[in-house]
Amino acid sequence: MLNIEPIEKGTVIDHIKAGMGAKVLKIMGIGDDYQYRVALVMHAPSKKMGEKDIVKIAERIITEKEANIVALVSPGATINIIKNSKVEKKYVVSLPEKLDGIGTCPNPNCITNSEGDTKKTFIKENEDEYRCYYCERLFKAKELV
Amino acid sequence: MDLISIRDINKKQVEEILDSATAIAKNEKKIDLKGKILATLFFEPSTRTKLSFQSAAMRAGMTYIDFLPELSSLKKGESFADTIRTVEGYADILAVRHAKEGAARLAADMSKKPVINGGDGGNQHPTQTLIDLFSIKMIKKKIAGLNVTLLGDLKHARTMRSLVYGLAMFGANITLISPQGLEMDPNYLKEVEKKFGLNVKIAHEPNLADADVLYVCRIQAERFADPYEAQSIMKKFRVKKEDLKDAKEDLAILHPLPKINEIDPEIDKMPQARYFEQAHYGVPLRMAVIDYILRN
Repeated sequence: MLNIEPIEKGTVIDHIKAGMGAKVLKIMGIGDDYQYRVALVMHAPSKKMGEKDIVKIAERIITEKEANIVALVSPGATINIIKNSKVEKKYVVSLPEKLDGIGTCPNPNCITNSEGDTKKTFIKENEDEYRCYYCERLFKAKELV
Repeated sequence: MDLISIRDINKKQVEEILDSATAIAKNEKKIDLKGKILATLFFEPSTRTKLSFQSAAMRAGMTYIDFLPELSSLKKGESFADTIRTVEGYADILAVRHAKEGAARLAADMSKKPVINGGDGGNQHPTQTLIDLFSIKMIKKKIAGLNVTLLGDLKHARTMRSLVYGLAMFGANITLISPQGLEMDPNYLKEVEKKFGLNVKIAHEPNLADADVLYVCRIQAERFADPYEAQSIMKKFRVKKEDLKDAKEDLAILHPLPKINEIDPEIDKMPQARYFEQAHYGVPLRMAVIDYILRN
């Protein structure tokens, strides 16, 4: 197991589906220009999942909206909010009933992709499927990011 | 209230609209909406939908204003949303058609005035579905228990998807026949089945012996990525007089029109051809819809 030193303040996202960690960083807008420490561990051994990814981001507290997007690519991931080197809040992300202003409709002919300021809205219909409020097409949650 | 999708209305509401349209068609009910204005905003070509909306408005005592995209500020780059925000101030109700799916829903979100979807890309065309149900009811006096065969491009035609929804709502027996590769989305059929239960058969060759209604639609060439593929299917896909040899005498053949090559012109002269009558039902049905929406 790789050892990554603890962070004093920030977010640790654990139990990410193996291989999806880089996508989680992308969703959170963590790129080349991020100024603080970031760790991505891929395919770490996990008793529960077999393999998992873990992301540690210093100085950045994940918002509820970002947590919802993490749920789209890896439902069941655990968010740990770290403050003063302690876990202040811990929760498991789950797919919300409604996505407001999150994601992109994969249908190229959907009006939301041509009228730029339209608020993207998706309504959860089945366990891992959402219907676009505008074009009414049904998509797998992971297709929306 | 807006009418954007057939999913927006329940069976009771559909029945109320169909009953009202029946009374209007039989001259048993007068609609008086004098002083009200309908705006027709059709960003895509249309013959029947636009003209029957305008005719319905006039027969209901209303006046209409017509937005012509090619002569409008769209040419100067005005957005769809700004166009809707402007026109809503000029009318009491808006009928909108647009190539982009979800455009009518967006218009309804933007506008304080009611919006009727006159077709949004491959998504919904709820008043066409209501006309189809109304035509079946006028011709056959019922919908429940009828054997209705849907034939054509079931993958791309919004009319067919919505009609399956409407027929399932009323408990008709549905047979779906399409060229290979143009079948209806099985996920959509699952959705309808979950909602209403669905008695559906899927086939690739027409067998019309049991059919009470044959509903044909054209190959939607404009929605194909490969125009050559569309042309080659169109050449092969045609309902001919001999296909009807085993059909019931009182079979009703319907079509949302425009028809291109998919029905042999000889069928136009047969008593079973009811598609122009169906197009004419658009007026009383749209009168009933406008009246229903303005009252709710």
